[in-house]
Amino acid sequence: MSQCLSSRNIDHVVLERGEVGNSWNNDRWDSLTLLTPNWATQLPGYDYKGDDPDGYMTTHEVGRYFQDYARVINAPVQTETNVTSVCSQNDQYRIETSAGEYTANTVVLASGICNLAAVPPFAEELPASIVQMNTRDYRNPEQLPKGGVLVVGASASGLQLADEIHKSGRPVTLSVGEHVRLPRTYRGHDIYYWLDKIGRLDVRYDELTDDELRRGRGLPSPQLAGTQQHATLNLNELTAQGVKLVGRISAIRGHELLFSGGLKNLCNLADLKMKRLAKTIDEWIIENNEDAIVSDLNYVPTRVDNDPALSLDLKNGDIRSVVWATGFRPDYSWLNVDVLDRKGKLTHDGGIVTSPGLYAMGLSLMRRQKSTFIYGATEDAMDVSAHLAVYLGQTTPTEMER
Amino acid sequence: MADTVDNGVNVEALLDAREALTGNPGAAAFTWRANCKWVNGVHSESSVEGFRGLGEEQSHKREFKFNADHPELFAAEDNGATPVEYVLVGLASCLTAGVASVAQNREIQLNSVEAVLEGSMDVQGILGADEDVRNGFDGIKVSFNIDADADADDIEALVAQSQKRSAVYDILSNPTNITVETTKQ
Repeated sequence: MSQCLSSRNIDHVVLERGEVGNSWNNDRWDSLTLLTPNWATQLPGYDYKGDDPDGYMTTHEVGRYFQDYARVINAPVQTETNVTSVCSQNDQYRIETSAGEYTANTVVLASGICNLAAVPPFAEELPASIVQMNTRDYRNPEQLPKGGVLVVGASASGLQLADEIHKSGRPVTLSVGEHVRLPRTYRGHDIYYWLDKIGRLDVRYDELTDDELRRGRGLPSPQLAGTQQHATLNLNELTAQGVKLVGRISAIRGHELLFSGGLKNLCNLADLKMKRLAKTIDEWIIENNEDAIVSDLNYVPTRVDNDPALSLDLKNGDIRSVVWATGFRPDYSWLNVDVLDRKGKLTHDGGIVTSPGLYAMGLSLMRRQKSTFIYGATEDAMDVSAHLAVYLGQTTPTEMER
Repeated sequence: MADTVDNGVNVEALLDAREALTGNPGAAAFTWRANCKWVNGVHSESSVEGFRGLGEEQSHKREFKFNADHPELFAAEDNGATPVEYVLVGLASCLTAGVASVAQNREIQLNSVEAVLEGSMDVQGILGADEDVRNGFDGIKVSFNIDADADADDIEALVAQSQKRSAVYDILSNPTNITVETTKQ
C-alpha cells in the first residue's frame, strides 16, 4: 500500500508498533513457515529472487523480506509506534500513538487479522492443574509439561502443532472441528500452483453471492505445512503416528471434556471437498491441454474410529496440557470508529470501510481469494489506493480502475 | 435444468427467511414444545401444537398426538413406539428433510430417499443391572439409500451437508443442558 501511495505521490506514514515484520519475527511459533510457496511471495516490483521458488519461507525470512522491501521502496515507516486510538474528528481521523498524535484524511488499517488468539469462552473452566496455551503463546513443545496433550483445532496450526508435539514424546489427542483438507502437491505441482492456474485464487469478492462470500471469509486455513520434503500433512498421517482423534470440543463439565459425536461427518465433508477440487483441476488440465503427470492424489478417506471418545477425564492424568489452535482474530480495541458489525467484524466493501476515508488491507477474501496472501496484496493495494486517491480528490472517478 | 428440479422444497423462502432472521435474535428465537400425559403403565400420550417463533405464538395446522409405550416383552401393552424409537424417528426425518432441502438448493432432482436407522443399546443400563453401562444408545447407524440425478460423490455430499445443518443430529451428537422442574398438584 505504501508503494502504491508513493507512486501516486500521496503523502503518508506507516505506523509500526515494533520493527518492520514484527508479528512474523516475534508472535509465531518456531517451526512455522508460510503455507504458500516462495513464488507467491512477491510485492509490487519485488519478486522472489532466491533459488528455491517452490520452497516455503520461515517466519524470520518473511520478516526479513518485509524489512528489505521497506528499504527498497523507501517506505516512510515510523517504527516503535503503537497506535492506541483511531477516531473520527470533523472529516478527518485523529490517531493517537505511543509516539504522539497524528491527523489524517485517510487511514488504511493494515494491522492484520491474526492479532489475538480466538479461544472458546469455556477455556477458562479448565481446571488450574492443566497447563493451557494458545497459538499466540506457543513456541515449541518444550514449553509443555511431559505427558498427554490435547490439541484443539485441525486447521494448519492444529495439525502442525499436533505433529511436532506428538513427535516430542507427548502423546497427542486432537479435537477436530470443521476443516479443509488439501494435498501439499498434486500431479507434480504444489497445490497452490493449481489453485492459481484454475483461477481459484483470483476469484473476486464481487463475483460471489453473499452466501459464498460469508462462507469463504470464514473458512479455516487448509491442512497444510511447508516442509522441505513437500510432505502432505493430514489426519491420516497423524493417526498413523499414534495421534488420537476426537470430535469438536463442545463443553467442559467439571473435570470432564465433552466432544461432539459428529467427527466422522466433518472428515467426510472435507474428503468430499478435496475430491471435488481434484476433479476440478483434472477437468482444467484436459480443457487446457496442460502437460501434467497423471493423478497422484493417493486418495485415502480420512480414517476415523467407529467410536471415537466422546469425553476425556482430566482427573486421571492422561492429559496434562491443552493447546488451543482455534484460530486468530483481529484486535480492533483501538479503533474508535463505528465500523464493526454485531460479530466484531469490520464492515467494508472490498476493503473500502463504511466510514469514508477508512480503508483496510489483508482481510480474508477482502477483494480476491488471494487477499491474505503476500502476493495478493499487490492487486488489492492498487485497487484500494485508487479509491483512496479519488476520495482525496486527486483523480476523478473515471480514472478509477475497477 | 434449474427449472425442472423439483423436490417440493421452497428453497427461496428458506433463504429469504435466513436473510430476514440474520442478526435478528428476537425473531430467530424459537421455542418448540411438547405436552405429555401419563395414560397407564409405561404408556403415555404426548401432543404437539403450539410453538413460539418470529416474536410471537405460532401454531401447527392442527394438534398432533403421539402414543409411546413399550413392547410386550417388556411386560407392557405396546400402544405405541418406544421413546428411543421416537428419537430415531426425529433423527431420520430431520436428516431426510435436510437431504431434500440441500438437493433442491444444489439443483439435484431426487427420485427416492430411504433411510434405515439402528440405535444399539445395552439394556442392562436402563434396567440398572450394570452401573458401567450407559442408559442411552451406544451408537446410532443411519443408512441412506438415495436415487437422484447426480453422481455418488454428490449424493454423499448431500447427506454430509444435511448432517452439518441438522438440529436433531446436533442434539444427539453434542451435550445439551436439561432442566427439569416438578410441581405438586
